Amino acid sequence: MYELFKNLGDWLTSGTQWAGSDGIAHRLAEHLQYSLLATLVATAIGLPLGLLIGHTGKGAFLAINLASFGRALPTVGLVVLVFLAGGLSMLPVYVALVALAVPAIVTNTYAGMTAVDPDVKDAARGQGMRAHQVLFQVELPLALPLIMTGLRLALIQVVATATIAAYVSFGGLGRYVFDGLAQRDLVQVLGGAVLVAAVAVALDLALSGLQRFLFRHRTA
Amino acid sequence: MIQFDAVHKRFPNGTTAVHDLTLEMPEGGVTVLVGSSGCGKTTTLRMVNRMVEPTSGTIRVGGKDVTEQDAAELRRSIGYVIQQSGLFPHRTVLDNIATVPLLLGHGRRRARARAAELLETVGLTAESGRRYPHQLSGGQQQRVGVARALAADPPVLLMDEPFGAVDPVVRTQLQDELLRLQKELNKTIVFVTHDVDEAVRLGDRIAIFRTGGHLVQCAPPAELLARPADDFVADFLGAERGLKLLSLKTLADVPQGPAPEGGTWTLVLDAADKPVHWASTGAEIPVRPLRDDDSLLAALDESLASPTGLIARVDANGVLTGVSSRDDIHTHAGRAHTEARTAARTETGAAA
Repeated sequence: MYELFKNLGDWLTSGTQWAGSDGIAHRLAEHLQYSLLATLVATAIGLPLGLLIGHTGKGAFLAINLASFGRALPTVGLVVLVFLAGGLSMLPVYVALVALAVPAIVTNTYAGMTAVDPDVKDAARGQGMRAHQVLFQVELPLALPLIMTGLRLALIQVVATATIAAYVSFGGLGRYVFDGLAQRDLVQVLGGAVLVAAVAVALDLALSGLQRFLFRHRTA
Repeated sequence: MIQFDAVHKRFPNGTTAVHDLTLEMPEGGVTVLVGSSGCGKTTTLRMVNRMVEPTSGTIRVGGKDVTEQDAAELRRSIGYVIQQSGLFPHRTVLDNIATVPLLLGHGRRRARARAAELLETVGLTAESGRRYPHQLSGGQQQRVGVARALAADPPVLLMDEPFGAVDPVVRTQLQDELLRLQKELNKTIVFVTHDVDEAVRLGDRIAIFRTGGHLVQCAPPAELLARPADDFVADFLGAERGLKLLSLKTLADVPQGPAPEGGTWTLVLDAADKPVHWASTGAEIPVRPLRDDDSLLAALDESLASPTGLIARVDANGVLTGVSSRDDIHTHAGRAHTEARTAARTETGAAA
């Protein structure tokens, strides 16, 4: 056991392991690129959808079911499905990651919108704000803390799941996991897993810190 | 002036909130809408700025049919204050007040300058403008709500139970401030409350609603108290409506004489001739000096508390001008009642 951790430590800290096109630095960059792009696309889809559902109050059924659907969705299955339908490219991976992230973003955005005090919305309308002004000047800023929580959750899930890029022969930190498994190299598998976990935790901490800073004037 | 003409409001679920309402709310006056919950008073108020659309009938503000105006523009021209203040929690107090001027495109600098001015008008410090609503007390939040409604200097102010959620002491303060502001600003105010005392204090006219959205009676407070239209109104005004009527009459006409010399109790004055207390051998009873603009109700109360049945009358500076007896106060109270009832009867007779 001690041997394993020592080897893991060496693997993570050796300069040669970090360098080159197969090095940790490069794989980390790939991993972040996949994750951020997927989350960005998911945000572009999920945020307007959540705002629309929350603002109009219509389609709440969709928002609630999307959440359970998202949880039940087999990511690897989706990757394989899109891969079979569309051939080998990064597309299946992005489709799967986006599908994973959208529900968290929609449901949290919707939850944030419904949590806005009805009196405040009433007052906003009563002062003479038009629908879009109520949405962008009142509802969106007040829902923002929960919206950001949704984005954070989505990003963490995507970072953890982006390892599947390696499953269909692409890069990212999943490379170490899948290669390690194939080569029965336990240290490499562990190294990849630890790195993925570290990236996820670091992003989570950074974003929750940012949230705390941005919303320091809020009561709740 | 706000005119309701045969206004009906039925909600999609089938309940009638307002039933065939025809009512005029005079310009520069406070019209208070009262009634128990579900009587349609809030719906009536919300139809003025189209927060609720009438099912039929017309509502005119300043002669113009509200449904023919753009709803958002209409609302910007009408001040709106609600019970829980409805302040924007993510904006500073100053920016909350600047809401409508900003919506009207006045520019940030001008809107903020106006907001700072209004902070003072409603009795808040300049420093509180930089705070966020949750850092203020309930009473202060309501003041901000009033300031926000006044920001674009609208001729009409709608107030939906604005003081319902604050404690009685603060409520009285806020009512006083509203009366003071109204003297300066002369707005046409529609005020919704379920508190009869508040209605009597603030209203130039009071409209009483019954469940089902029926307007039962609309009259000045004195007339309403002296001559309620039916048992519903009488019950709603409460058993002490006679005393409430006295709260509307001032002490000015009650005769006063010099303070008595000798006797068991003497009125002790300080060096500036201001009453201090009633004194007898070894006993002191506090005195509450009254001015001419205090109410007959306050006089009656003080005459009961006074050991001699006399009340101490003072001028605006608190200097003793004389005393009035319990009998004189009683006589005047009775006369005020009779006058109110006969005046109301003649008026009703003339109208019929």
